[in-house]
Amino acid sequence: MSNISRRELITTGLAAAAGVAGVGALAKIASANGLIPPDSGVLYGTGESLTYAAQRLLTRHSMAQEFSRDKISAKPFANEVNTLPAEFAPLQAGGFEGWRLKVDGMVARPKAYSVAELKLAPSQSQITMVACEEGWDYIAEWSGVPLEKILRDVGVHPSAKYVVYQSIQPEWYESIDMADALHPQTIVAHTMNGTDLPVPFGGPLRMRVPRQLGYKSVKYITRITVTDDLKPFGKGLGGIDSDNGYAWYAGI
Amino acid sequence: MAVYSRMRHTSFVRITHWITTLAFLALLVTGVEILISHPRFYWGDTGNVNVKPLLTLPIPTSRSTIHNGYSITLDDQNGWSRYLHFEAAWVAVLVGILYAAYGFRSGHFRREMLPSKSELAPRKLASEMVRHARVWKPNEDEAWSYNVLQRLAYSGVIFVLFPLIIWTGLDMSPAFTSVFPGAVTILGGRQAARTIHFAVTILLVSFLIVHVAMVVLSGFRERVGSMITGRLSKAEERA
Repeated sequence: MSNISRRELITTGLAAAAGVAGVGALAKIASANGLIPPDSGVLYGTGESLTYAAQRLLTRHSMAQEFSRDKISAKPFANEVNTLPAEFAPLQAGGFEGWRLKVDGMVARPKAYSVAELKLAPSQSQITMVACEEGWDYIAEWSGVPLEKILRDVGVHPSAKYVVYQSIQPEWYESIDMADALHPQTIVAHTMNGTDLPVPFGGPLRMRVPRQLGYKSVKYITRITVTDDLKPFGKGLGGIDSDNGYAWYAGI
Repeated sequence: MAVYSRMRHTSFVRITHWITTLAFLALLVTGVEILISHPRFYWGDTGNVNVKPLLTLPIPTSRSTIHNGYSITLDDQNGWSRYLHFEAAWVAVLVGILYAAYGFRSGHFRREMLPSKSELAPRKLASEMVRHARVWKPNEDEAWSYNVLQRLAYSGVIFVLFPLIIWTGLDMSPAFTSVFPGAVTILGGRQAARTIHFAVTILLVSFLIVHVAMVVLSGFRERVGSMITGRLSKAEERA
């Protein structure tokens, strides 16, 4: 009996050591291939890293589900936002003529776009779902400028890794990786169901990332920053929600 | 030296049983936490507070946008709950895949879990139910394997409920449905999948309650002991 258990002990020990070494090697390879999310070090970061890596391998080019026109929600729900800052009301009164979307960071030609300029640019329309992490959802038709076109316009540095976007709401920011930033359905939306994007839904400009949960689709965006490091932003986890304990990657 | 007993449960079954238990409890607690941020259920693709629900749980919620008739709003626990829910789901799914591979290869499913055709004959099944309602203690056969009612319950959990809850869980992921849209449309949409996910949870919790109750009634120490050590107590072995 003692022989058997010693042999078992040694095999188990070797298997465990090989397992740990294997996981270590895998983690290195994954990191080098952009398969590790910025919040991999938090308490439940292991599961999050598995989800992100699996979905980056499977979904890099997949398209978010699109729906037929008759599926558009008759009564979409605009989640509550904090009171908008004082500067919002005068901009709204002026028909958002003074609204600017600044694009900076690791780009060759930093720029500031007006809403009118973005509305004139070639747009993408999609009938997609906004799915909130709370469990509810709605479907709407969204039109806007693909983020990829904006990034091409300003000339993104090849070593860029993330795109950070900021709301006019102080501290409201999120970020996505380049796979999502360059995805054809990721748009800076200015139109919803054929009319100017209503303020409760994020007007005049809102990011739409339809392959992730609603909290990545930040409302009232005023600034887009291309970067290879999320540490300088907020608490360094890539978004107000991840700074507050939510997963950074919200593809689930 | 000790006489080696026949093993009631193999080490593989025991280890996967307890890991699954832990993962299931984590999924249950975090699932409840996530649920209380929107305890309303719908059918079809979409549902939100502007849509008439199929069912509303009359409980306080963790969001002020839902008016359930309570003056309190519970704390938002969705951050860690969502992280842990998906981490535990990975554990449950990976262990489940290993268990399924083992179950088919080793004959564990055929010998222990799936009822035989003769056992499913209506008269046999009925008499077994009557006997089971009267006698709690396992007889000699049952000490070493499962009766038909146990087999039906375990098979239902392993082959129907677990696959269904994984499937409907994945259907709520916008990234997953971008690759497999058919997985959610065939069930009638994302909210339908969410509602089924909840219904299956109720069934799994019901199973858990009955499972634990039967363990207690038929001898808690023996049953739990044999799921830990793999062996039966001396008394039961001789029975």
